[in-house]
Formats: sequence, structure tokens, C-alpha cells
Amino acid sequence: MADLTSNFLGIKSPNPFWLASAPPTDKEYNVRRAFEAGWGGVVWKTLGAEGPPVVNVNGPRYGAIHGADRRLLGLNNIELITDRPLEVNLEEMTRVKKDYPDHALIASVMVPCEEDEWKRIIPRIAETGCDGFELNFGCPHGMAERGMGSAVGQVPEYIEMVTRWCKEATDLPVIVKLTPNITNILLPAQAAKDGGADAVSLINTINSITNVNLDAMAPEPMIDGKGTHGGYCGPAVKPIALNMVAEIARNPGTHGLPISGIGGVTTWRDAAEFMALGAGNVQVCTAAMTYGFKVVQEMISGLSQWMDEKGYTSIEEVVGRAVPNVTDWQYLNLNHVTKARIDQDACIQCGRCYAACEDTSHQAISMSEDRVFDVKDDECVACNLCVNVCPVEGCITMETIAPGAMDERTGTVVKEDYANWTTHPNNPSATAAE
Amino acid sequence: MVHSNRENGVSSGRIAPADVQANFSDLHPAYDEHEALVAADRCYFCHDAPCMTACPTSIDIPLFIRQIATGTPEAAAKTILDQNILGGMCARVCPTETLCEEVCVREVAEGKPVEIGRLQRFATDTLMAKGVHPFVRAAETGKQIAVVGAGPSGLACAHRLAMLGHNVVVFEALSKGGGLNEFGIAAYKSTNDFAQKELDWLLSIGGIEIRYDQPLGKSVTLDGLQDDFDAVFLGMGLTAVNALRLDGEDKTNVTDAVDFIADLRQASDLTALPVGRRVVVIGGGMTAIDAGVQAKLLGAEDVTIVYRRGQEAMAASQFEQDLARQKGVTLICNATPVGIEGNGSLTAVTFAYTETRDGKLETLDETFTLPADQLFKAIGQKLGDTPDGLTLDGGKIAVNDAQKTNLANVWAGGDCASGGDDLTVTAVAEGRDAAMDIHATLTGAS
Repeated sequence: MADLTSNFLGIKSPNPFWLASAPPTDKEYNVRRAFEAGWGGVVWKTLGAEGPPVVNVNGPRYGAIHGADRRLLGLNNIELITDRPLEVNLEEMTRVKKDYPDHALIASVMVPCEEDEWKRIIPRIAETGCDGFELNFGCPHGMAERGMGSAVGQVPEYIEMVTRWCKEATDLPVIVKLTPNITNILLPAQAAKDGGADAVSLINTINSITNVNLDAMAPEPMIDGKGTHGGYCGPAVKPIALNMVAEIARNPGTHGLPISGIGGVTTWRDAAEFMALGAGNVQVCTAAMTYGFKVVQEMISGLSQWMDEKGYTSIEEVVGRAVPNVTDWQYLNLNHVTKARIDQDACIQCGRCYAACEDTSHQAISMSEDRVFDVKDDECVACNLCVNVCPVEGCITMETIAPGAMDERTGTVVKEDYANWTTHPNNPSATAAE
Repeated sequence: MVHSNRENGVSSGRIAPADVQANFSDLHPAYDEHEALVAADRCYFCHDAPCMTACPTSIDIPLFIRQIATGTPEAAAKTILDQNILGGMCARVCPTETLCEEVCVREVAEGKPVEIGRLQRFATDTLMAKGVHPFVRAAETGKQIAVVGAGPSGLACAHRLAMLGHNVVVFEALSKGGGLNEFGIAAYKSTNDFAQKELDWLLSIGGIEIRYDQPLGKSVTLDGLQDDFDAVFLGMGLTAVNALRLDGEDKTNVTDAVDFIADLRQASDLTALPVGRRVVVIGGGMTAIDAGVQAKLLGAEDVTIVYRRGQEAMAASQFEQDLARQKGVTLICNATPVGIEGNGSLTAVTFAYTETRDGKLETLDETFTLPADQLFKAIGQKLGDTPDGLTLDGGKIAVNDAQKTNLANVWAGGDCASGGDDLTVTAVAEGRDAAMDIHATLTGAS
């Protein structure tokens, strides 16, 4: 059996599945039940400065995008940080950590961008016995209007500055949670590193309006006829998150900086993908909010089975394994030729591949009078669209054309050697191949 | 040679061999991977799921379906087998329409449940096809336990005990294990010798020895087992059948449905199995349906199942009744047999109509006669001879919530024990629970 024990920044947890800072981790009642259900750790719902807590709207806080059969694909929220008194949260965190010493308990923090505010609250929270801090520079709604959350995360200089204050205030690990609402994720990641962060966690939610109420002519969720943008999360944001994680993992300046992967993790596979791209662990929220805490059981059993099948014995063996294979477009092998292949036994003759290819791509699929669909090798550019629109998994696949064989589309023999854009004759700035 | 199915008497070859083969193919064919993924996708992962509550073995159904959906059917199988080591057979024979699938929220809402039984089969078949046994034995405890009967309850008990590190000897009355999985159950529910394969797979955990042809009360006695073993589990099922108590019950071709079903299950060539032109089955349970439907599938021209009470009282599920009708079997309710006709061989059965008045079944004067070459009695099974000293309850061995009998270190489960429906899945649950209590008793563990 694979060992799922996680050691992230020296913080140990029974598995790499942590609940992200969000409503599921807002209080002791939830967190105890989460640990009992099998979650390895939690990042407690973001704590704010002492004093009167923030208030939330009293209307809907969430909007959603559904797929077929009303599967929840994306969730949007306008909830703020914890609206319970700081002292109550600290007492509860202390009790929980005492009872669950082997589980990770991280404090998420968001206070105004002033040195004494941060330096006052960090040591106070540390007294709970928490294992580390996560600086919430990510939330894009509400708090950002007050100069916190993503308002900080969008300014690398602020990230560096606040991170440094926090590192000066504690010996515990400091994780910086990044907002994706920025053009280049490397800049905030680098700033966090420069400020001394032990890790970054990403992504926080994405600015979004999920839908518009066409009767009221207002965005949802709608509060008394008005709406505001919220933070988007759930399975729909996973591709965006994976890319940002991979960029940080492969960029020379930030390579090696530990990453806690967040964004649409719903199954063991999602988690494995984040870890393969460099995440040391993952944080989950929407899957738990959709299916309940029990959903972690599938993540644990699935990851364990997959690791056993692949011969991986520890999480460390998985983390970052795919990073060397993430590259720039310009380094992709232009001599690699594939063609679509349709398994006629599996084909149910729906014709979606034909419509997609004929109408929107390269007219590389033929259709006979009796609805047999075939790939025209002399037209197929191997775009993969037919594979993606086919409703039958595994029915259409891409076959690699062996070197020495003819690519009927180009009329040239497939070459064995690797050649990319940097040396291509059509590239005006090509460098001569050695 | 193919006879006409209009030939009187009891004979084989009433329909073409290929038709017999086709008739006895899988009732619910196995899902392929794509079908399984589509079916799994319909599960809502309900909280405190009704399906799980309805399962006598409490399989975590939402979890195993999610594990199928995420491409790990082997993990799904483990989830199933953790609770029900005969999950493969139960996936085939459970009346899911009255258990998990009946209460599936999508059945309630849409009349179309998640097909839990077929998904369970997909998971367990996937694991078993890999030749994997997902459990390992705990360190040997040195305890010896005797299990009487290698049927569902005995096997479930033996496996759990072996897993916990005990050594188990199973005493089976017949020369083959599996109990009703092997000798009962319609053939189209357990194809390709599945019961035997599952038995072999189950035994691969080790620590279990089966001794065949060892009926209790003859080769072995309960007293002897109590002396020689640390604990005894009784799971010998119901080995006797009820009689009609009518004149003519001894006529040729008047037999017990359970024997017909067993012969059918053990037949190496179904096309060689004789069946009547006109078959009458008396009873209203699963055995009656299994016998009636299979007689029809073998080529009987007319098959009629006659039940003495109203349809609502039939023990066979609505699904089973519909299946029988779909296969061309006639169901007659509110009629009780009053005469078995024929001179030596059976020729007809006479029934009187019945009526339930004030909860009491009354036989009316009006009668009707069904011509018949073959009559199957499916009016219930009962406990065979039981060892002295065992307290009975309603004709079964009395047990408490932990399957413990009144005798020291003797537990019982399955059809021979009181409580629960006479279902494979219930027998598994009882065998497993008895094992846990035996373990707790012998080791002091809780």
C-alpha cells in the first residue's frame, strides 16, 4: 500500500487532502467532522482583525454553473472572511488542534496592509498551536474593495512586504495564497518567494458573474435586485489552476518553491494531476460543498490505488513528476505526426466528429451513405477535435505515424529526429540547426 | 433431436439447442466500461444514502459508485467486499428492486433508479477478473472454528473469521460448496459457473478448509464440534421442504421445485434436461418463479404458477412476477390445489378458488382443472433435523442480534436462523456478523 502521509513544509498530515479556507472550515463543529471523515488537514476560514467582525449579505451568497443532469461544474460566491469573533475562532482552533495533533491545521489570515496589524495578529494566532499560516491575498470580492485579499495579491510589492512582516513575526511556515485575477502568476509568486514565503497556494477564486436573471435584469446571485461579481471555483476552474501551478513549478525563478494546489479538485485524479505538476498537496472546497466531507474517501482510495499500480510508494515520488514535460510551444516536436483513428466497432454513428471536422476544422472525415465515418489521412492535421467531441470514450484515438512512413497530408516522409519552431525554416528568427 | 414442444409427457429437446442456450444467457448482461461510467454518473452521492440503509450488508453504495466513476473499479470492489464478501453473487441475485434500487432517490423521483446491482457486478467482476483477492489474514490466533454449511452465510462467516486470523473448518453436507448460490437460484442469474469461481476466489484468502459430504447429525454432530472447536457456526440452510399433504403427491413427475432448480444448475447440458409440455408450479415465492420461468425457457408449452393467496401477498417481487409473465408464464392467484389427477403419471391438477375473509384464507367450492405433465411444489422450505438443545423460534434456530444461539459457543445464521429475509445478502450479513461476535468472544476484543 502506498504511503499517503504528507509532509508539506514540515507539516505532517495523514494524507495530502486539505480542506481549503472557506465555509467548510468556518468552525470547530465542521472541522472535527472533516477530520473524522478523513481529511488530512484544514486551512481554517480566514481570520480578520480583532474588533467587530465582518458582516455578510443576508441574501444568496452562491451562484452556480451546471452541466448535464445538473452536475455542479462551477460555483461562485460572495461570502466574506469569517464573520465570527476572532476570540471564538482562536479558542476553537486551540481545542481542535489539541484533539487532532496529527492533522494539519493552518490559519488563514487577512488584515489591513499595515505592519503592526499583521505583526500583532500573527503571534496571537500562533498561540492556538496551529501548524502554519496562509496569507489570504486572493479573495476577489468584498474584501478587495477594502484594500485586502486580491487587492494585495495583484500588487507584487505588497505581497513581498506583507510576507516579510509575517515571516518576521513567526517561525511557523507561511504560505501565500495567490489570486488568479492577474495577467502573469509568476510575478506574485516571485514576490512571495522574495518576501520569504515558505510556499504559495493557488488558485483563489476567479472574478465572475455566473449568470444573469433575465427577468430582473441583474446578475446572480441577486440581492434585492442587484448583484456583484463573485469568486469562481469548482471543476470548471481546474485547467486554469493547473496551468498556473505548472508555470510556477517550471519557472527557474520560482522552481522548487513548495505549492499547495487549489482549484476544482474533485477526484483522486485531479489531485494526482496537481501533484504531478508540482503541488506538494492539494486543497479542496467545492467538492466537499457539493458532496459532503465523505467525498475524501474516494480521493484517498483512488490515489492509493493509482500509486500502487504505478509503483509509487510516497507522495514525494509523485510531486513534480510531470513538470519537466511542461514546455513552451516553440519547443514542441514539429516532426511528430499523428492521425485520428475511428474504431468502427465502438462507433455509434452519431456523426458529431463529422460535423465538427467538416464544419469547423479540416474536412478530414468522410461520411458514407450508410453512416460510416472514416478519417481522410490526406486532410487530417491531427487537431484532436473529433476525439474531444466524440461521446464514446476511446472510440476515436490518435495514432502516431512511425518515422519513415508517409504523411499523406504533406506528402513527406515522417522524420525520426526532433525539430521545433526555433529551427524551422519558416521562422524568421530561426537559429541554424547544429 | 428436437421434439415438438406440443408432445405430451416430460422430455428433453423441446426447442432447438441454440434457443435453450440463448434463453439461459445472462438475465442482466454485464456492463462494459462505457456503460458502467454512464450508469455511475447518474448517482447523486446522496448523504446517509437510502440505498445503503436498504442493503442488508450496508454496502457503502455511493462510495463504490463514485469509485467506479473515477476509474477505480477495483477500489469500488474493495468497498463492496469489505461489507459483503459475496458481493459478486449478490450483484447477480439480489432483488435490488425491493432493496437498494427501490429506495434510490432517482427511482422515487423518476422511476428509474441508478442500476446499483449491475454497477456492483461491474466492480466485483473487474477485480475478480484480475485474480486479485483484496484481503490478507491477520496473524494466526490459534483458534479453531467449525462452520456447518458452505452456503452464503457459512462462507461469509468463514471468510471473516479467516481474515481475523482464525482457522476455519467448513463441514458441507453435499459434495460441492456454495449452497443455494450453487444449487438454488435461476441459472440465468448465475452463468458461467460463477458460484464455484466465487467460492474458489473466496477461499484464496487461506485458513479455510472445506470438508465435503459431512452432513450434520450423520458424519458430524454438534456435540462433537463443540468439543473439538472453540466455536461453531450453523449455516446449513433449510434442508427440508413443505408437503402439499394431498393424495397423489407421490405420482411420477410431481417433484419439489428446489430439486428441479438444483438439477438445472448442475446439468452439464441444459438441452438434455427433460421438462413437461404443460407445467404447473404451486407457490408464490422466488422458488416458484425460478422453477416456472426456467421450465418455460427449457421449452414447456404452457407454464402456470398457482398461488393460494392474492397477488399482493406473493413473496416474489413485482420484478420477478413481471419477468415470469414476460417469458410467457401464466400466474393464477387465489387458488389452492385440491386434487392431483392421473393414473400413475400426472395428467392434471385440480384447484379450488380461495378467498380471504377477515384475514383468514377460505377454500371455496368452485374448482378448475389444469392439464399437467409436471408439477413443481414450491410451497416453502423448512429446517431439517436439528441437534438437541437448540432453542427454536418460528421453526428456525433462535438467535440474538449477534447471531448467538442459546448453546454455549454456538452461533447460527442464514436461512436456518431466525430473523431476516431468506435472501443471499441477508445470509451474508448474518454470517459476517456472527464471525465478528465469535471473534469478540474468543479474543475479548470489542
